[in-house]
Amino acid sequence: MITLSINGKDHEFNDDGDMPLLWALRDILKYTGTKYGCGKGLCGACTVHVDGQPIRSCVMPVSAIAKQKITTIEGLSENGDHVVQQAWQTLNVPQCGYCQSGQIMSAVALLERNAKPNDQEIEQAMSGNICRCGTYQRIKEAIHHAADLATEVKGS
Amino acid sequence: MKQIENVSRRGFLKKLGISSTALVIGVQLPSMLTIPKALAGVVGSDKFAPNVYVQIGIDNIVSIVVHRSEMGQGIRTSIPMIVADELGADWQQIAVVQGLGDKKYGSQNTDGSRSVRRFYQPLREAGASARMMLQQAAADQWQVDVSETTALNNNIVHEKSGRSLSFGSLVNAASKLKVPERSSLILKAKKDFNFIGKSDVALVDGEKFVTGATTYGFDVELPGMQYAVIARPPVLGAKVKSFNSEAAKAIAGVIAVVQLPDLEEPAVFKPLGGVAVIAKNTWAAMKGREALAIQWHESEHQSYNSDSYKKALAASCDNPEKVLRSKGSVTKALAEAKQVITASYYVPELIHVPMEPPAAAAHYHDGIFDIWACTQTPQSAQGTVAQITGVAAENVNINVTLLGGGFGRKSKPDFIVEAAILSKQLNVPIKVMWSREDEIQNGYYHAVSYQKLVAGIDDNNQVTAWQHHVAEPPIGSTFSKGADLIGSEADLGLIDMPYDIANVSCAVGKAPAHTRIGWMRSVTNINHVFAVSSFVDELAQAKGLDSKDNLIAMLGTDRKIDFSNENANYGNYGETLSKFPVDTARMKAVIEKVSAMAKWGRTLPKGRGLGIAMHRSFVSYVACIVEVSTNSDGKIKVEDVWLAVDCGLAVNPERIRSQMEGAAIFGLSLTFFSELTAKNGVIEQSNFDGYQVARIADAPTTHVEIIDSDAPPGGIGEPGVPPIAPAICNAIFNATGKRYRELPLKQYGIV
Repeated sequence: MITLSINGKDHEFNDDGDMPLLWALRDILKYTGTKYGCGKGLCGACTVHVDGQPIRSCVMPVSAIAKQKITTIEGLSENGDHVVQQAWQTLNVPQCGYCQSGQIMSAVALLERNAKPNDQEIEQAMSGNICRCGTYQRIKEAIHHAADLATEVKGS
Repeated sequence: MKQIENVSRRGFLKKLGISSTALVIGVQLPSMLTIPKALAGVVGSDKFAPNVYVQIGIDNIVSIVVHRSEMGQGIRTSIPMIVADELGADWQQIAVVQGLGDKKYGSQNTDGSRSVRRFYQPLREAGASARMMLQQAAADQWQVDVSETTALNNNIVHEKSGRSLSFGSLVNAASKLKVPERSSLILKAKKDFNFIGKSDVALVDGEKFVTGATTYGFDVELPGMQYAVIARPPVLGAKVKSFNSEAAKAIAGVIAVVQLPDLEEPAVFKPLGGVAVIAKNTWAAMKGREALAIQWHESEHQSYNSDSYKKALAASCDNPEKVLRSKGSVTKALAEAKQVITASYYVPELIHVPMEPPAAAAHYHDGIFDIWACTQTPQSAQGTVAQITGVAAENVNINVTLLGGGFGRKSKPDFIVEAAILSKQLNVPIKVMWSREDEIQNGYYHAVSYQKLVAGIDDNNQVTAWQHHVAEPPIGSTFSKGADLIGSEADLGLIDMPYDIANVSCAVGKAPAHTRIGWMRSVTNINHVFAVSSFVDELAQAKGLDSKDNLIAMLGTDRKIDFSNENANYGNYGETLSKFPVDTARMKAVIEKVSAMAKWGRTLPKGRGLGIAMHRSFVSYVACIVEVSTNSDGKIKVEDVWLAVDCGLAVNPERIRSQMEGAAIFGLSLTFFSELTAKNGVIEQSNFDGYQVARIADAPTTHVEIIDSDAPPGGIGEPGVPPIAPAICNAIFNATGKRYRELPLKQYGIV
């Protein structure tokens, strides 16, 4: 048995330890905000945080995680008001929205290690996240906007 | 059941500087299982439901049915904008309800860029008739003339006396009135619109998108549901020879192994056949599938190899089967021409890759199907499930989830039928999920194409002859086995070539299909416009003219083109030419607009170039200019894209801009990266490593302007795509002097 700590809550996991975290989250524990896109770590739709680091949950076996803290899109904020979530809404970033959980998780991780990323740093950090609808331009703007918001919050 | 949450009360929005007029709502959808069936069909005494799109409750909540599928185009926001505007509704007291698949809504087939184009008028009328009945009910109560009343923010107001009644309080009285005749409806004037044409309406699903609270086809969970993946034939039409059911069942969590009926072509929307593995969870099902060790029989389509097929298409262009447009004598004009220009263009087979592959959950019980799916076309899903399972269509309930992208893939309901067959056979709720490999290797493909163009230029530097031959496998082959000539695909950028040329011939060659051919965002416009708009630019070069000046010159005098005068049977996207003419003045206007936006003609640094292209599709006009740069390694980057769009009246300008931004990326992906190849009938690519699409570092800055127009609304989801590829290649030519005629450009090592 493996205990998974997800969004601050412990869950007992009794299934195949080889199961990628993605399917454990979605099928077993019903956190469906984390999406399947490729199953090979190529598209980033399944991005979650493990101890604050962005990882591709579709290629991460549950057995490799135990005890570390997992954060999914559902656990990013109490009321959907994380600065990145705010910025995403302000700029109407999503089109179909499917990849956006992964995009947001990657963006949050970026801003946590680099409060004011430039365009190039954003492109580097977000290069693993595909958006087929093509919202990249707004993602970039929203990350800059979130960085500004975070500074304002700190300053006020 | 539905809670309306006024997001705008939140401090953070104020802090972000959103004006107080910005209307932001988040509608808390009920869980999947409690989605009301055929909402508008069941009307309680506490509801006023004058038509299938609108219901008003005594609680003053206005429910608006969105009968079209949301796949990123923003229709769940745009339809309520249209209805609410005519109704005089308060945006913050609206509940958006996704319509079940049901003929009563009219067509729900969300493709062809038709949602606003076809439903703008009916939806306005739906709002107006509800509003007029509420006005009448209030006027009766006040004993005043109805013309003295107005609707505002869910109230009927009598300004003279300062009285007002909420919609909710008028429900009972309005329900007793006769629905007004269509001819008597009074629609709002454009100047009085509150929502239509406004850019400050936030996305209905905006908050749910960013909190992971949305439900897509992949996300549907039903009590007792089992998870299925299917091993489908690697070559179209290959039948199962053998498989190891026991090995699959030996995997922990695997519940059942079911062989599906083999496919008999034509494929239509039937399942492809193969073997399904049903398990307690997706992972177990996938592992079980790997253990099947399926052997397949041979298929006639294993002769399909992309290299030799390309050569066959080229040969077919030299020997066309059918002329689809002809005017004058191209042969004579070419013989008399001072210069003859020829060029060939190739676009490979492509696939949609929506971020969410197809998925559907079906529950067969008590002779009824309850189905949830990310479908673009719930009525086709209903009809096909009924036909194949033998369950009457009225007992097939299709609930439409959000779609994680569609691009045409999800208007083919084969995956929904798979779930239905399995649930009926196993008597449990089943969710069928397609892996990315399944989606890429078992799709409905965008046809590979070869095109040969010839033009003659006379002594006066005029283009006097235009010959365009195309060979590409037809969509018709998916519906009629052996079909090898395109039909209405020719209307998409081939026979509607708008340039004013005295002698024209457009013809098509045979091309037998070896995969399921389908339609993908803007369809054959992609191929044809790449060729036509590249070739027109080559003619500018041959004539020694500036690319933009040449476009304007070749369009000739302002006119409305009727291609039937040139022996062409042009479908005009199902619209009449009187309502949606092919208007060269509007073409010129978008070219002039985009040229001003991009400052066409400015001096550029070395290694930079601008390219231009224009096309009318889905009855909207789009002109595009691209700026590219080259670095010291000879690699090309698209720096900026400018798009001027005339789509008639713009209902939701904010989502029009986002569709244009997305079209630029979609076009860039297929120009730079995307290519499918077949070897012995098997698609060789299987995931985003082999089938590449644009990533964030590839993305240009896209600038969009919308022409102000009172013409009827045209399409918007697709028309942005076709001009992108030729504009990029024209820009590369202007930057480097090199002309690229085959996509994708990655084969040349320049991207």
